[in-house]
Amino acid sequence: MNRIYMDNGASSRVDDEVVKEMLPYFSEKYGNASSLHSFGSEAREAMENARGKVAALIGAKPEEIIFTSGGTESDNLAIKGTAAAKCGKGDHIITTNIEHPAVLEPCRYLGKIGYKIAYVKVGNDGIVRAEDIEAAITDKTVVVSVMHANNEIGTIQPIAEIGKIAEKRGIAFHCDAVQSAGKIPVDVNKLGVSLLSISGHKVHGPKGVGALYVRKGTAIEPILHGGGHEAGLRSSTENIPGIVGMGKACEIAKRDLERNAAHVLKLRDRLIDAALKLEEAYLNGSRETRLPYNANFRFLGIEGESLLMMLDGMGIAASTGSACSSKKLQASHVLLALGLPEWQTHGSLRLTLSKYNTMEEVDFVLGELPEAVSKLRSMSPVWRKLKMGGRIEDVHGKHIH
Amino acid sequence: MASTYTEKVMELFRNPKNMGEMKDPDGVGEVGNPSCGDVMSVMIKVKGNRITDIKFQTFGCVAAIATSSMITELAKGKTLEEAEKLSRQDVADSLGGLPPIKMHCSNLAADALKAAIEDYRKKRS
Repeated sequence: MNRIYMDNGASSRVDDEVVKEMLPYFSEKYGNASSLHSFGSEAREAMENARGKVAALIGAKPEEIIFTSGGTESDNLAIKGTAAAKCGKGDHIITTNIEHPAVLEPCRYLGKIGYKIAYVKVGNDGIVRAEDIEAAITDKTVVVSVMHANNEIGTIQPIAEIGKIAEKRGIAFHCDAVQSAGKIPVDVNKLGVSLLSISGHKVHGPKGVGALYVRKGTAIEPILHGGGHEAGLRSSTENIPGIVGMGKACEIAKRDLERNAAHVLKLRDRLIDAALKLEEAYLNGSRETRLPYNANFRFLGIEGESLLMMLDGMGIAASTGSACSSKKLQASHVLLALGLPEWQTHGSLRLTLSKYNTMEEVDFVLGELPEAVSKLRSMSPVWRKLKMGGRIEDVHGKHIH
Repeated sequence: MASTYTEKVMELFRNPKNMGEMKDPDGVGEVGNPSCGDVMSVMIKVKGNRITDIKFQTFGCVAAIATSSMITELAKGKTLEEAEKLSRQDVADSLGGLPPIKMHCSNLAADALKAAIEDYRKKRS
Protein backbone atom coordinates (compact mmCIF):
# COMPACT_ATOMS: atom_id res chain seq x y z
CA MET A 1 0.00 0.00 0.00
CA ASN A 2 1.16 3.47 -0.86
CA ARG A 3 1.53 5.38 2.40
CA ILE A 4 0.94 9.09 2.82
CA TYR A 5 2.63 10.91 5.66
CA MET A 6 0.78 13.93 7.01
CA ASP A 7 2.14 13.90 10.54
CA ASN A 8 5.16 16.11 10.00
CA GLY A 9 4.40 18.03 13.18
CA ALA A 10 5.35 14.83 15.02
CA SER A 11 8.52 14.17 13.06
CA SER A 12 9.68 14.51 9.49
CA ARG A 13 11.60 12.57 6.88
CA VAL A 14 15.33 13.25 7.05
CA ASP A 15 16.43 14.97 3.87
CA ASP A 16 18.75 12.84 1.69
CA GLU A 17 21.26 15.70 1.63
CA VAL A 18 21.25 15.67 5.43
CA VAL A 19 21.89 11.92 5.66
CA LYS A 20 24.77 12.26 3.19
CA GLU A 21 26.32 15.04 5.24
CA MET A 22 26.03 13.04 8.47
CA LEU A 23 27.44 9.69 7.32
CA PRO A 24 31.20 10.43 7.50
CA TYR A 25 30.78 11.39 11.16
CA PHE A 26 29.87 7.84 12.15
CA SER A 27 32.67 5.74 10.71
CA GLU A 28 35.43 8.09 9.52
CA LYS A 29 35.36 11.30 11.51
CA TYR A 30 34.20 9.87 14.79
CA GLY A 31 36.40 11.86 17.14
CA ASN A 32 35.35 13.67 20.29
CA ALA A 33 35.14 17.40 19.66
CA SER A 34 37.04 18.02 22.91
CA SER A 35 40.08 15.98 21.77
CA LEU A 36 43.23 17.77 20.69
CA HIS A 37 44.27 15.40 17.87
CA SER A 38 43.16 15.58 14.24
CA PHE A 39 40.07 13.43 14.88
CA GLY A 40 38.99 15.91 17.51
CA SER A 41 39.65 18.96 15.42
CA GLU A 42 37.68 17.67 12.41
CA ALA A 43 34.73 16.98 14.71
CA ARG A 44 35.11 20.45 16.23
CA GLU A 45 35.25 22.09 12.83
CA ALA A 46 32.14 20.27 11.67
CA MET A 47 30.32 21.31 14.83
CA GLU A 48 31.26 24.99 14.49
CA ASN A 49 30.30 24.92 10.84
CA ALA A 50 26.88 23.53 11.82
CA ARG A 51 26.55 26.09 14.60
CA GLY A 52 26.95 28.83 12.01
CA LYS A 53 24.18 27.34 9.87
CA VAL A 54 21.77 27.02 12.79
CA ALA A 55 22.55 30.59 13.84
CA ALA A 56 21.99 31.85 10.29
CA LEU A 57 18.49 30.32 10.16
CA ILE A 58 17.33 32.41 13.11
CA GLY A 59 19.48 35.54 12.66
CA ALA A 60 21.70 34.78 15.67
CA LYS A 61 25.45 34.81 16.26
CA PRO A 62 27.08 31.35 16.27
CA GLU A 63 28.31 31.80 19.83
CA GLU A 64 24.70 32.24 20.96
CA ILE A 65 23.74 28.69 19.89
CA ILE A 66 23.84 25.88 22.47
CA PHE A 67 23.34 22.38 21.07
CA THR A 68 21.04 20.12 23.08
CA SER A 69 19.35 16.75 22.71
CA GLY A 70 16.17 18.29 21.30
CA GLY A 71 13.28 20.66 21.82
CA THR A 72 12.35 19.28 25.21
CA GLU A 73 15.82 19.79 26.63
CA SER A 74 16.06 23.27 25.11
CA ASP A 75 12.78 24.27 26.76
CA ASN A 76 13.84 22.78 30.10
CA LEU A 77 17.20 24.53 29.99
CA ALA A 78 15.62 27.86 29.12
CA ILE A 79 13.02 27.78 31.88
CA LYS A 80 14.81 26.03 34.73
CA GLY A 81 18.09 27.68 33.78
CA THR A 82 16.76 31.25 33.91
CA ALA A 83 14.75 30.51 37.06
CA ALA A 84 17.91 29.18 38.74
CA ALA A 85 19.95 32.19 37.64
CA LYS A 86 17.43 34.52 39.29
CA CYS A 87 17.11 32.38 42.41
CA GLY A 88 16.43 34.62 45.39
CA LYS A 89 15.54 37.59 43.17
CA GLY A 90 12.22 36.41 41.82
CA ASP A 91 9.86 33.46 41.89
CA HIS A 92 7.28 34.19 39.21
CA ILE A 93 7.03 32.67 35.73
CA ILE A 94 4.58 33.54 32.96
CA THR A 95 3.52 31.20 30.20
CA THR A 96 0.32 30.35 28.30
CA ASN A 97 -2.25 27.58 28.55
CA ILE A 98 -1.43 26.15 25.09
CA GLU A 99 2.30 25.47 25.48
CA HIS A 100 3.88 22.14 24.65
CA PRO A 101 4.34 19.82 27.66
CA ALA A 102 8.10 20.48 27.36
CA VAL A 103 7.31 23.99 28.67
CA LEU A 104 4.26 23.27 30.83
CA GLU A 105 5.88 20.44 32.77
CA PRO A 106 9.08 22.29 33.78
CA CYS A 107 6.77 25.11 34.90
CA ARG A 108 4.62 22.69 36.87
CA TYR A 109 7.78 21.27 38.44
CA LEU A 110 9.01 24.73 39.43
CA GLY A 111 5.55 25.39 40.83
CA LYS A 112 6.02 22.37 43.07
CA ILE A 113 9.24 23.72 44.51
CA GLY A 114 7.89 27.17 45.30
CA TYR A 115 7.63 29.21 42.10
CA LYS A 116 4.37 30.86 41.14
CA ILE A 117 3.26 30.19 37.59
CA ALA A 118 0.82 32.35 35.62
CA TYR A 119 -0.84 30.47 32.76
CA VAL A 120 -2.20 33.21 30.52
CA LYS A 121 -5.25 32.10 28.54
CA VAL A 122 -5.52 32.31 24.77
CA GLY A 123 -8.64 33.48 22.93
CA ASN A 124 -11.03 31.19 21.03
CA ASP A 125 -8.75 31.67 18.04
CA GLY A 126 -5.85 29.98 19.85
CA ILE A 127 -3.82 33.17 20.12
CA VAL A 128 -2.64 34.87 23.29
CA ARG A 129 -2.94 38.67 23.60
CA ALA A 130 0.30 40.52 24.31
CA GLU A 131 -1.51 42.84 26.71
CA ASP A 132 -2.64 39.84 28.77
CA ILE A 133 0.99 38.78 29.10
CA GLU A 134 1.93 42.31 30.12
CA ALA A 135 -0.82 42.40 32.72
CA ALA A 136 0.53 39.22 34.30
CA ILE A 137 4.04 40.62 34.87
CA THR A 138 5.06 41.31 38.48
CA ASP A 139 8.28 42.59 40.10
CA LYS A 140 9.11 38.95 40.80
CA THR A 141 8.76 37.66 37.22
CA VAL A 142 11.97 35.89 36.18
CA VAL A 143 11.01 34.55 32.76
CA VAL A 144 8.19 34.72 30.24
CA SER A 145 7.80 31.70 27.94
CA VAL A 146 5.47 31.81 24.92
CA MET A 147 5.58 29.45 21.95
CA HIS A 148 5.89 30.80 18.41
CA ALA A 149 3.57 28.38 16.60
CA ASN A 150 1.38 25.92 18.44
CA ASN A 151 2.19 22.27 17.79
CA GLU A 152 -1.42 21.11 17.62
CA ILE A 153 -3.31 23.87 15.87
CA GLY A 154 -0.46 25.83 14.28
CA THR A 155 -1.61 29.23 15.53
CA ILE A 156 1.13 31.86 15.52
CA GLN A 157 1.60 33.93 18.67
CA PRO A 158 2.46 37.66 18.77
CA ILE A 159 6.07 37.06 19.81
CA ALA A 160 7.51 40.35 18.56
CA GLU A 161 4.92 42.31 20.54
CA ILE A 162 5.60 40.32 23.69
CA GLY A 163 9.34 40.69 23.05
CA LYS A 164 9.03 44.47 23.20
CA ILE A 165 7.20 44.25 26.51
CA ALA A 166 9.73 41.84 28.01
CA GLU A 167 12.63 44.02 26.89
CA LYS A 168 11.02 47.15 28.36
CA ARG A 169 10.56 45.35 31.68
CA GLY A 170 14.00 43.74 31.59
CA ILE A 171 12.63 40.19 31.85
CA ALA A 172 14.10 37.13 30.12
CA PHE A 173 11.82 36.04 27.28
CA HIS A 174 11.88 32.46 26.03
CA CYS A 175 10.15 31.30 22.87
CA ASP A 176 9.57 27.66 21.89
CA ALA A 177 10.02 27.85 18.11
CA VAL A 178 10.23 24.10 17.54
CA GLN A 179 7.25 24.14 15.16
CA SER A 180 8.07 27.39 13.37
CA ALA A 181 11.83 27.57 12.80
CA GLY A 182 12.61 26.58 9.24
CA LYS A 183 8.94 26.85 8.27
CA ILE A 184 8.20 30.56 8.63
CA PRO A 185 10.71 33.40 9.14
CA VAL A 186 12.21 33.33 12.63
CA ASP A 187 14.62 36.15 13.51
CA VAL A 188 15.66 36.42 17.13
CA ASN A 189 16.25 40.16 16.83
CA LYS A 190 12.95 40.96 15.14
CA LEU A 191 11.15 38.76 17.67
CA GLY A 192 13.02 40.32 20.60
CA VAL A 193 13.60 37.02 22.40
CA SER A 194 16.40 36.25 24.84
CA LEU A 195 16.02 32.47 24.47
CA LEU A 196 14.61 30.38 21.61
CA SER A 197 14.25 26.60 21.29
CA ILE A 198 14.52 24.70 18.03
CA SER A 199 14.64 21.03 17.10
CA GLY A 200 16.35 19.12 14.30
CA HIS A 201 13.81 16.44 13.41
CA LYS A 202 10.88 18.77 12.76
CA VAL A 203 12.65 20.24 9.73
CA HIS A 204 14.05 17.14 8.01
CA GLY A 205 17.02 16.79 10.32
CA PRO A 206 17.77 13.86 12.65
CA LYS A 207 16.06 13.12 15.96
CA GLY A 208 17.94 13.58 19.23
CA VAL A 209 19.40 16.98 18.47
CA GLY A 210 18.15 20.50 19.09
CA ALA A 211 19.44 23.90 20.01
CA LEU A 212 18.78 26.74 22.38
CA TYR A 213 19.54 30.27 21.33
CA VAL A 214 20.81 32.25 24.33
CA ARG A 215 21.17 35.98 23.74
CA LYS A 216 24.50 37.32 24.94
CA GLY A 217 24.12 38.64 28.50
CA THR A 218 21.12 36.46 29.42
CA ALA A 219 21.45 35.15 32.98
CA ILE A 220 21.15 31.37 32.80
CA GLU A 221 22.45 28.33 34.70
CA PRO A 222 23.00 24.85 33.21
CA ILE A 223 20.73 21.94 34.08
CA LEU A 224 23.34 19.33 33.06
CA HIS A 225 26.59 19.72 34.99
CA GLY A 226 29.77 18.00 33.95
CA GLY A 227 32.70 18.60 31.63
CA GLY A 228 31.63 22.12 30.72
CA HIS A 229 30.77 21.64 27.04
CA GLU A 230 28.79 24.28 25.14
CA ALA A 231 30.19 27.24 27.06
CA GLY A 232 29.46 25.46 30.32
CA LEU A 233 25.72 25.44 29.60
CA ARG A 234 25.33 21.88 28.42
CA SER A 235 27.83 19.28 29.53
CA SER A 236 27.94 16.01 27.60
CA THR A 237 30.05 14.91 24.66
CA GLU A 238 28.55 16.60 21.61
CA ASN A 239 26.42 14.51 19.25
CA ILE A 240 28.50 15.36 16.20
CA PRO A 241 26.57 13.42 13.52
CA GLY A 242 23.31 14.85 14.88
CA ILE A 243 24.68 18.36 15.06
CA VAL A 244 26.07 18.13 11.53
CA GLY A 245 22.67 16.88 10.34
CA MET A 246 20.82 19.64 12.11
CA GLY A 247 23.16 22.21 10.62
CA LYS A 248 22.53 20.90 7.11
CA ALA A 249 18.77 20.72 7.73
CA CYS A 250 18.76 24.36 8.88
CA GLU A 251 20.80 25.42 5.86
CA ILE A 252 18.35 23.73 3.49
CA ALA A 253 15.33 25.07 5.40
CA LYS A 254 16.66 28.62 5.15
CA ARG A 255 17.50 28.24 1.46
CA ASP A 256 14.06 26.85 0.54
CA LEU A 257 11.89 28.49 3.17
CA GLU A 258 9.75 30.66 0.92
CA ARG A 259 9.33 28.07 -1.79
CA ASN A 260 8.35 25.33 0.67
CA ALA A 261 5.93 27.58 2.54
CA ALA A 262 4.21 28.61 -0.69
CA HIS A 263 3.96 24.95 -1.73
CA VAL A 264 2.40 23.68 1.50
CA LEU A 265 0.10 26.70 1.75
CA LYS A 266 -1.61 25.60 -1.46
CA LEU A 267 -1.97 22.07 -0.14
CA ARG A 268 -3.23 23.22 3.24
CA ASP A 269 -5.81 25.57 1.78
CA ARG A 270 -7.17 22.83 -0.45
CA LEU A 271 -7.39 20.53 2.59
CA ILE A 272 -9.18 23.13 4.67
CA ASP A 273 -11.57 24.29 1.96
CA ALA A 274 -12.64 20.74 1.12
CA ALA A 275 -12.76 19.30 4.65
CA LEU A 276 -14.92 22.17 5.92
CA LYS A 277 -17.53 21.27 3.31
CA LEU A 278 -18.23 18.09 5.26
CA GLU A 279 -21.17 18.24 7.64
CA GLU A 280 -20.40 19.50 11.16
CA ALA A 281 -16.70 19.93 10.38
CA TYR A 282 -14.75 22.82 11.86
CA LEU A 283 -11.23 24.20 11.82
CA ASN A 284 -9.54 24.43 15.23
CA GLY A 285 -7.71 27.72 15.70
CA SER A 286 -7.41 30.84 13.56
CA ARG A 287 -7.29 30.21 9.84
CA GLU A 288 -5.39 33.41 9.05
CA THR A 289 -2.74 33.41 11.76
CA ARG A 290 -1.50 29.84 11.47
CA LEU A 291 1.35 27.86 9.99
CA PRO A 292 0.95 27.06 6.31
CA TYR A 293 1.97 23.54 7.36
CA ASN A 294 -0.94 22.87 9.72
CA ALA A 295 -4.60 21.94 9.38
CA ASN A 296 -6.53 20.80 12.46
CA PHE A 297 -10.19 19.87 12.22
CA ARG A 298 -12.89 18.60 14.46
CA PHE A 299 -15.62 16.36 13.14
CA LEU A 300 -18.53 16.27 15.55
CA GLY A 301 -19.96 12.96 16.67
CA ILE A 302 -16.83 10.84 16.17
CA GLU A 303 -13.75 10.09 18.19
CA GLY A 304 -10.28 11.01 16.95
CA GLU A 305 -8.37 7.84 17.69
CA SER A 306 -10.89 5.85 15.66
CA LEU A 307 -10.59 8.31 12.81
CA LEU A 308 -6.80 8.19 12.97
CA MET A 309 -6.75 4.39 12.88
CA MET A 310 -9.31 4.24 10.09
CA LEU A 311 -7.19 6.63 8.02
CA ASP A 312 -4.12 4.56 8.91
CA GLY A 313 -5.91 1.57 7.40
CA MET A 314 -6.27 3.65 4.21
CA GLY A 315 -2.54 4.42 4.25
CA ILE A 316 -2.82 7.93 5.67
CA ALA A 317 -0.75 8.92 8.73
CA ALA A 318 -2.23 11.77 10.80
CA SER A 319 -2.65 12.58 14.48
CA THR A 320 -5.35 13.63 16.92
CA GLY A 321 -5.75 15.50 20.18
CA SER A 322 -8.37 13.06 21.40
CA ALA A 323 -8.28 11.90 25.01
CA CYS A 324 -8.37 8.23 24.01
CA SER A 325 -5.16 8.62 22.04
CA SER A 326 -3.25 10.25 24.89
CA LYS A 327 -1.29 8.41 27.52
CA LYS A 328 -3.27 10.12 30.25
CA LEU A 329 -6.72 9.73 28.63
CA GLN A 330 -7.16 13.48 28.92
CA ALA A 331 -8.58 15.74 26.26
CA SER A 332 -6.08 18.04 24.58
CA HIS A 333 -5.36 21.07 26.76
CA VAL A 334 -4.99 23.11 23.57
CA LEU A 335 -8.47 22.28 22.28
CA LEU A 336 -9.95 22.89 25.73
CA ALA A 337 -8.13 26.25 25.79
CA LEU A 338 -10.13 27.23 22.70
CA GLY A 339 -13.22 27.12 24.91
CA LEU A 340 -14.71 24.09 23.14
CA PRO A 341 -17.15 21.92 25.08
CA GLU A 342 -15.30 18.78 26.13
CA TRP A 343 -17.32 16.42 23.93
CA GLN A 344 -16.19 18.34 20.84
CA THR A 345 -12.49 17.95 21.67
CA HIS A 346 -12.58 14.20 21.02
CA GLY A 347 -13.09 14.34 17.28
CA SER A 348 -10.00 16.26 16.24
CA LEU A 349 -7.71 15.44 13.36
CA ARG A 350 -4.35 17.10 12.75
CA LEU A 351 -2.77 17.01 9.31
CA THR A 352 0.73 18.48 9.23
CA LEU A 353 2.45 18.87 5.91
CA SER A 354 6.01 18.97 4.60
CA LYS A 355 7.79 19.84 1.39
CA TYR A 356 7.52 16.18 0.40
CA ASN A 357 3.71 16.17 0.29
CA THR A 358 2.04 16.61 -3.08
CA MET A 359 -1.32 17.83 -4.36
CA GLU A 360 -2.03 14.25 -5.48
CA GLU A 361 -1.64 13.12 -1.87
CA VAL A 362 -3.97 15.88 -0.69
CA ASP A 363 -6.55 14.79 -3.23
CA PHE A 364 -6.21 11.17 -2.13
CA VAL A 365 -6.76 12.18 1.50
CA LEU A 366 -9.75 14.29 0.54
CA GLY A 367 -11.15 11.31 -1.35
CA GLU A 368 -10.86 8.97 1.66
CA LEU A 369 -11.64 11.32 4.54
CA PRO A 370 -15.41 11.67 3.94
CA GLU A 371 -15.79 7.89 3.87
CA ALA A 372 -13.87 7.46 7.13
CA VAL A 373 -15.89 10.19 8.85
CA SER A 374 -19.24 8.91 7.64
CA LYS A 375 -18.44 5.30 8.51
CA LEU A 376 -17.67 6.30 12.10
CA ARG A 377 -20.73 8.52 12.24
CA SER A 378 -22.92 5.65 11.12
CA MET A 379 -21.74 3.83 14.27
CA SER A 380 -22.13 6.78 16.61
CA PRO A 381 -25.08 7.28 18.97
CA VAL A 382 -23.80 10.81 19.58
CA TRP A 383 -24.04 11.62 15.89
CA ARG A 384 -27.55 10.13 15.78
CA LYS A 385 -28.62 12.41 18.61
CA LEU A 386 -26.94 15.41 17.04
CA LYS A 387 -28.84 14.77 13.80
CA MET A 388 -32.10 14.44 15.70
CA GLY A 389 -31.46 17.87 17.13
CA GLY A 390 -30.69 16.69 20.65
CA ARG A 391 -28.41 18.52 23.03
CA ILE A 392 -25.22 16.50 23.35
CA GLU A 393 -24.72 17.76 26.90
CA ASP A 394 -27.89 15.81 27.71
CA VAL A 395 -26.44 12.48 26.55
CA HIS A 396 -25.51 10.95 29.85
CA GLY A 397 -25.34 7.26 30.37
CA LYS A 398 -23.91 5.73 33.48
CA HIS A 399 -20.57 7.36 34.19
CA ILE A 400 -17.79 4.80 34.27
CA HIS A 401 -14.38 6.45 34.55
CA MET B 1 -1.64 3.28 22.94
CA ALA B 2 -3.08 2.33 19.62
CA SER B 3 -0.02 0.40 18.48
CA THR B 4 -0.63 -2.32 21.03
CA TYR B 5 -4.04 -3.38 19.71
CA THR B 6 -4.32 -7.04 18.77
CA GLU B 7 -5.18 -8.17 15.25
CA LYS B 8 -8.61 -9.24 16.53
CA VAL B 9 -9.29 -5.76 17.90
CA MET B 10 -8.29 -4.14 14.61
CA GLU B 11 -10.35 -6.64 12.63
CA LEU B 12 -13.51 -5.91 14.64
CA PHE B 13 -12.82 -2.19 14.49
CA ARG B 14 -12.64 -2.32 10.70
CA ASN B 15 -15.53 -4.75 10.29
CA PRO B 16 -17.71 -4.54 13.38
CA LYS B 17 -20.39 -7.17 13.85
CA ASN B 18 -23.99 -6.31 14.79
CA MET B 19 -23.46 -2.60 14.30
CA GLY B 20 -26.41 -0.36 13.58
CA GLU B 21 -29.84 0.65 14.74
CA MET B 22 -32.66 -1.70 15.70
CA LYS B 23 -36.33 -1.26 15.03
CA ASP B 24 -38.51 -1.62 18.13
CA PRO B 25 -35.90 -3.05 20.50
CA ASP B 26 -37.13 -4.86 23.61
CA GLY B 27 -34.36 -3.31 25.72
CA VAL B 28 -31.88 -0.46 25.28
CA GLY B 29 -28.83 0.25 27.41
CA GLU B 30 -26.66 3.31 27.05
CA VAL B 31 -23.54 4.01 29.07
CA GLY B 32 -20.63 6.43 28.91
CA ASN B 33 -20.48 10.14 28.43
CA PRO B 34 -19.67 12.20 25.34
CA SER B 35 -17.45 14.46 27.47
CA CYS B 36 -15.27 11.47 28.29
CA GLY B 37 -15.13 10.42 24.66
CA ASP B 38 -17.15 7.24 24.76
CA VAL B 39 -20.84 6.41 24.59
CA MET B 40 -22.12 2.87 23.95
CA SER B 41 -25.63 1.96 23.11
CA VAL B 42 -26.78 -1.71 23.07
CA MET B 43 -30.20 -2.77 21.79
CA ILE B 44 -31.66 -6.25 22.29
CA LYS B 45 -34.55 -8.36 21.11
CA VAL B 46 -35.63 -11.03 23.58
CA LYS B 47 -37.70 -14.14 22.90
CA GLY B 48 -38.40 -16.72 25.61
CA ASN B 49 -35.74 -15.29 27.94
CA ARG B 50 -33.10 -15.51 25.20
CA ILE B 51 -31.33 -12.69 23.33
CA THR B 52 -32.33 -13.38 19.75
CA ASP B 53 -30.96 -10.22 18.20
CA ILE B 54 -28.57 -7.56 19.34
CA LYS B 55 -27.16 -4.35 17.86
CA PHE B 56 -24.80 -1.67 19.05
CA GLN B 57 -23.85 1.89 18.29
CA THR B 58 -20.69 3.37 19.72
CA PHE B 59 -18.99 6.75 19.85
CA GLY B 60 -15.46 6.07 20.94
CA CYS B 61 -11.99 4.83 20.23
CA VAL B 62 -10.85 1.67 18.46
CA ALA B 63 -11.09 -0.33 21.70
CA ALA B 64 -14.59 0.98 22.43
CA ILE B 65 -15.85 -0.10 19.01
CA ALA B 66 -14.14 -3.49 19.13
CA THR B 67 -15.40 -4.28 22.65
CA SER B 68 -18.94 -3.27 21.66
CA SER B 69 -18.81 -5.59 18.71
CA MET B 70 -17.41 -8.41 20.84
CA ILE B 71 -20.02 -8.11 23.59
CA THR B 72 -22.80 -8.38 21.01
CA GLU B 73 -21.22 -11.51 19.56
CA LEU B 74 -20.80 -13.04 23.00
CA ALA B 75 -24.35 -12.22 24.09
CA LYS B 76 -26.26 -13.25 20.99
CA GLY B 77 -28.24 -16.45 21.58
CA LYS B 78 -27.56 -16.47 25.31
CA THR B 79 -30.23 -16.43 28.01
CA LEU B 80 -30.54 -13.19 29.95
CA GLU B 81 -28.91 -14.81 32.98
CA GLU B 82 -25.96 -16.07 30.94
CA ALA B 83 -25.56 -12.74 29.20
CA GLU B 84 -25.64 -10.84 32.47
CA LYS B 85 -22.68 -12.81 33.72
CA LEU B 86 -20.41 -11.70 30.86
CA SER B 87 -17.60 -9.75 32.43
CA ARG B 88 -15.11 -7.26 31.16
CA GLN B 89 -12.51 -10.00 31.38
CA ASP B 90 -14.57 -12.20 29.04
CA VAL B 91 -14.66 -9.36 26.53
CA ALA B 92 -10.96 -8.55 26.81
CA ASP B 93 -9.96 -12.23 26.64
CA SER B 94 -12.05 -12.80 23.51
CA LEU B 95 -10.19 -9.92 21.90
CA GLY B 96 -6.80 -11.42 22.75
CA GLY B 97 -6.29 -8.75 25.38
CA LEU B 98 -6.50 -4.96 25.52
CA PRO B 99 -3.88 -2.37 26.42
CA PRO B 100 -4.21 -1.78 30.20
CA ILE B 101 -5.19 1.84 29.66
CA LYS B 102 -8.13 0.66 27.51
CA MET B 103 -9.57 -1.91 29.91
CA HIS B 104 -12.34 0.48 30.92
CA CYS B 105 -13.76 0.12 27.41
CA SER B 106 -14.55 -3.55 28.05
CA ASN B 107 -16.15 -2.47 31.31
CA LEU B 108 -18.32 -0.10 29.36
CA ALA B 109 -19.37 -2.81 26.90
CA ALA B 110 -20.35 -5.26 29.65
CA ASP B 111 -22.25 -2.49 31.43
CA ALA B 112 -24.12 -1.44 28.29
CA LEU B 113 -25.36 -4.99 27.84
CA LYS B 114 -26.43 -5.20 31.50
CA ALA B 115 -28.24 -1.89 31.16
CA ALA B 116 -30.12 -3.19 28.11
CA ILE B 117 -31.19 -6.32 30.03
CA GLU B 118 -32.31 -4.17 32.99
CA ASP B 119 -34.27 -1.97 30.62
CA TYR B 120 -35.98 -5.02 29.12
CA ARG B 121 -36.96 -6.30 32.57
CA LYS B 122 -38.22 -2.91 33.68
CA LYS B 123 -40.40 -2.63 30.60
CA ARG B 124 -41.83 -6.10 31.19
CA SER B 125 -42.66 -5.63 34.84
